Amino acid sequence: MSGHPAAGRRWSWRWLLYAVLVLAVAFFVMPVYMMLVTALKEPAAIGLETAWQLPRTWNWGSFAQAWTAFLPKLRNSFVLTISAAAASAMLGSLNGYVFAKWPFPGSRIVFAFILFGMFIPYQAVLIPLFGFIRAIGLYGSIWGLVLVHTVYGLPITTLIFRNYYVEIPDSLIEASELDGAGFFAIYRHVVFPLSLPAFVVVIIWQFTQIWNEFLFAVTLSNPDSQPITVALAQLAGGEAVRWNLPMAGALLAALPTLLVYVVFGRFFVRGLLAGSVKG
Amino acid sequence: MTTRRRASRLTSFLVVLPSLLLVGIFVYGFIGRTILSSLTDWGQDPSQALAVSPVTRFVGLDNYRQLFTGLIDGRFRQDLVSTVFFTVFFLAGCLGVGLLLAILIDQKPRGEAIFRAVYLFPFALSFVVTGTIWRWLLQPSGGVNRLPTLVGLPPGEFAWLTSREQVWRFDWNDLPVALAVLLGLALALLAVAELRARRRGRAVGAAVGAAAALAWAALFGRSWAPLPFTELHGFNLAFIGIIVAAVWQMAGYTMALYLAGLSGIPEELREAATVEGATSWQLYTRVILPLLAPITLSAMIVLGHISLKIFDLVFAMAGPDNAYTDVPALLMYITTFRGNQFAKGAAIGTILLVLVALIVIPYLRSQLRREVDR
Repeated sequence: MSGHPAAGRRWSWRWLLYAVLVLAVAFFVMPVYMMLVTALKEPAAIGLETAWQLPRTWNWGSFAQAWTAFLPKLRNSFVLTISAAAASAMLGSLNGYVFAKWPFPGSRIVFAFILFGMFIPYQAVLIPLFGFIRAIGLYGSIWGLVLVHTVYGLPITTLIFRNYYVEIPDSLIEASELDGAGFFAIYRHVVFPLSLPAFVVVIIWQFTQIWNEFLFAVTLSNPDSQPITVALAQLAGGEAVRWNLPMAGALLAALPTLLVYVVFGRFFVRGLLAGSVKG
Repeated sequence: MTTRRRASRLTSFLVVLPSLLLVGIFVYGFIGRTILSSLTDWGQDPSQALAVSPVTRFVGLDNYRQLFTGLIDGRFRQDLVSTVFFTVFFLAGCLGVGLLLAILIDQKPRGEAIFRAVYLFPFALSFVVTGTIWRWLLQPSGGVNRLPTLVGLPPGEFAWLTSREQVWRFDWNDLPVALAVLLGLALALLAVAELRARRRGRAVGAAVGAAAALAWAALFGRSWAPLPFTELHGFNLAFIGIIVAAVWQMAGYTMALYLAGLSGIPEELREAATVEGATSWQLYTRVILPLLAPITLSAMIVLGHISLKIFDLVFAMAGPDNAYTDVPALLMYITTFRGNQFAKGAAIGTILLVLVALIVIPYLRSQLRREVDR
């Protein structure tokens, strides 16, 4: 195999490579296939024995039914996700700006102090959090969840912005200072306009995380303020379910984050790396 | 200039202050309150459980003692065991599949971008979505078990999520000895490593620790049993399906981490190795894999802490009340919000925090130190 591999040998390796890649594709796509064919069957046509077969008649009704049932939950999820992602991104950007460009005595420790919040298991704060949200009258309101997701999003957003702003040359900041610009003027006219890629990464990351979140959602919401993940878990968790509806609901719940992934794939991967390799 | 800079130090502190306060309260303050609650009997008295300001009594470490050695809390002990097994298999699955896929994609197959996108897409989904779909796929007489029939084989028989089988069982009372022996061996290895690095002080310290742990295990371990009865725990086979679903969701993520690492390896290094006459097998095992070790460590930390916290996937796949697929994160939720046993729930939450901190803090410290060195 070393220096000059026989052409035939190389070919067979290439085939093996593609065979494994395609096998892996089958593994990753299989659940999606199952979700789609089940959602498209007539409820009466769904059987365990015939689960893999394509539907005889294509029934789009389950999607309409799931759509009406889930519309309020989807609306909750959108309000929650967009507000909390925007708020945590804005605060994270200001924090990152300070930690990267305007350190104060002890700012490294403060940074580490904030960062640690990223890793805690939320079960360790859940009881006081529940009491607190109830005490300030936000239990069962979507705004309680917005507050919670904004706060627990701060570590990761601060980290990503800080790492992004470190790359902005100090000379740029100093030049603006010589022109008489201060802390906020430099942020507004120099740093913020350069931040678009970081904002895209952070907002996509937060959007995905918050949309998909379940623990806070199930603890702090009531039926009126439920996000989609809680509604889906309840729908699928009941006994003797007809599986067409949970599958159609699963697709609805997955679609927004999937679209984000397809459209902004590159930024999505960047957020994923920022959240782990540097962690 | 300098006075301006100094004045803006105050500004920059004030800008961070709101976040600092929020994190201070929501992370550190609440952790503190959880720990305090875990030392009380909050929830023992049903009339006080849901009161706005409940009257509670300080009971010290009683809740912890019950969880680890109490008669009725065997479920928690099984959950701990389950989490360890789950973590081991989940990590092995994600790292194995992720590394394999990354190396395959590193061969630059045609359609590379498409393969990569397909492997990574489950990471964009909610664990609840994944759990809902896999729950349907793992119905005992349908889904995955029907797959063999597509090629003419008999259908699979495994009960997946409803399995009640348990393997690799051991007595909870053997655990202290086993842990002491493991600790002793780990410290002995550390002592050897420190000796090689010519740090004699540390080597002696580690060796003494190793000797103490092993001596305790040999002399007292057998006579010190946490429970007055035999209590068997093991690996619940119902977890296999959950592990498969979890690997399905996170293997692509691991692949993405490895691909980032692979793209950071300079092309000259690969060329140099090939010129030296290395086969591609040797190129990977001798050159590339050692360079990927830090990625493996990061991935293990991230996946490990996800695994310890796993809650939504289990909830969606097996429901909250299935004792055979229970994990501490789920038990904490049920104990607290269904059973109103707030103090015990707080204790479970604290134990989870300690477990996660054991993994994350050494890692964070080494990362921060590396940053200072730079």
